[in-house]
Amino acid sequence: MNAEAPVAALEVEGLCKSFRAVRALDHVDLTLRYGEVTALLGDNGAGKSTFVKCVAGVYAPDAGMMRVDGVATSITTPDSARALGIETVHQTLAVIDTLNVAENLFLNREHTRGGPIGALLGVLDKKRMRSETEHILGRLGIRIPSLRHPMGALSGGQRQAVAIGRATAWGRQIVLLDEPAAALGVEQAARVLELILNLREGGAAVLLITHNMDRVSEVCDRAVVLRQGRKTAEVAVGDVTKDDLVAYITGAKTQQILP
Amino acid sequence: MTESAIKRVLQRWQLAAPRQYVVYAAAILIFGLFAVVLRDDGFVTASNLLNIGRQAAPIAVMAVGMAFALGAAEIDLSIGSVAALSSLVVADAVGSFGFAAGVAITLAIGMGIGAVNGVIAVKVRIPSFLVTLGTLGIVSGVARNLNNLQSLPIRNDTYLNVFGAGSLGPISSLLIWTVIVGVVGHLALHQLRWGRHVLAVGADRSAAGALGIKTDRVRITALIASAAAASLAGMLLAGRLAIGRHDLGENLLLTVIAAVVIGGTNLFGGRASVAGAIAGSIVMAMLNNGLILMGLRVADQLIARGVIIILAVALSMREQKET
Repeated sequence: MNAEAPVAALEVEGLCKSFRAVRALDHVDLTLRYGEVTALLGDNGAGKSTFVKCVAGVYAPDAGMMRVDGVATSITTPDSARALGIETVHQTLAVIDTLNVAENLFLNREHTRGGPIGALLGVLDKKRMRSETEHILGRLGIRIPSLRHPMGALSGGQRQAVAIGRATAWGRQIVLLDEPAAALGVEQAARVLELILNLREGGAAVLLITHNMDRVSEVCDRAVVLRQGRKTAEVAVGDVTKDDLVAYITGAKTQQILP
Repeated sequence: MTESAIKRVLQRWQLAAPRQYVVYAAAILIFGLFAVVLRDDGFVTASNLLNIGRQAAPIAVMAVGMAFALGAAEIDLSIGSVAALSSLVVADAVGSFGFAAGVAITLAIGMGIGAVNGVIAVKVRIPSFLVTLGTLGIVSGVARNLNNLQSLPIRNDTYLNVFGAGSLGPISSLLIWTVIVGVVGHLALHQLRWGRHVLAVGADRSAAGALGIKTDRVRITALIASAAAASLAGMLLAGRLAIGRHDLGENLLLTVIAAVVIGGTNLFGGRASVAGAIAGSIVMAMLNNGLILMGLRVADQLIARGVIIILAVALSMREQKET
């Protein structure tokens, strides 16, 4: 695709994951490149969310290997994925309704104060987290009535915006988005797409799970199709029609996967 | 103040008001009610108010611990039995090993029971409700065997001063302990990462796990906190009566749960209030005291308390659902 063949952000090879007798992922290969948005498509139960959870360290894959920036790594926990620069917005958003926006944004990467003893005890630096939250939300153009509101008091779109903000605010390079614009109003969905395009412009490698073919043609460079846990197609979005993509998803059409 | 600032303040108050303040309103209401109804029975006398404070102290200490267990969406039904066992252990250990070592041993045993609760609940995947129901039976049995249902007198003056009838100036040591536990609990809940993680795990365990929070560790430590508080409460009960006995604090479980839930802690996790738990404990102690002053027989007290607890918890849970 690129003549200079720069090192891939994330390379996944032969990823397998079974739940008892069900093969959720069957030797799936996928590559994410910097400055590119890759769509991950497939019907319900095709294995899309399972794939994201394996790369995000939520599930431990049964087999397969991953390289980040060309270096072989193993991702065993959400922390190790984050340490490698992989951020995820899960389908469920993984926001805590009873905590406020700043607390959600910094959950499990809290700033502490009081030196080494404070760090050991985990004494929160709330002031710093609040001001950084304001900064982050402002930069992303996310408007929240008050940072002290519990997450549960916000609208669906605001919650989604915070979840996406949490994944994209850290200058991270690899971002996995599991249906980030599902259940959003038109304006909010457009806002999310804008965020994704900003990420690409900033050079990030983005994986986008969606069921919306319009969104694929609007923001994605490549599309990978999963069907019953297997990769059945990988195409440049510009080379195919929406109908082609739907045909791949439903299995009406399959593609010889090139190595 | 600008118009928008006023609106902001109002919004914030509306958001916070119902569940957070219902317990304080209840405390004032019940105090006022008893002050009028029981004015001839000496409800508002210095000695009776002191009495209420003394009754509230062990409830409040246990309630603070329980707020963490409930906040993490766990529950600890063994706290009454842990308190009872601790009263016996401390009576024995202080006599044998002295003040500091005796207290340390007792607290360690209490926390050990909490750790066992937590590890079984988390690693064997049994709901803490069932695990702690089991340890409740085991610990009660051990406490009964320990000294053949006899009470053990405590003769260590330091202990009786620090945990019982003693005082610092005019302030009773029981009150001091309650304040210490309340402040430590409040700070741990609001100012420490651990406190936020307890609530995150209690609100949505899988979301917390997806963010890399070590949910097992958080749940186990929440149950250790509740057992540690129960152990301390047992030591306070022992100090107040200058004895250890197999049933001290054993019947406080329901009272403690009611105090915590009335105080605004969600019975199903994700939200907790330490200050509310203490206020709830005062409410429960006032109710206890008022029912006795009304001259109700023990049997009728039990019935009245049961009805009041169900009503109070039902009311505060309705508030919680609405917000």
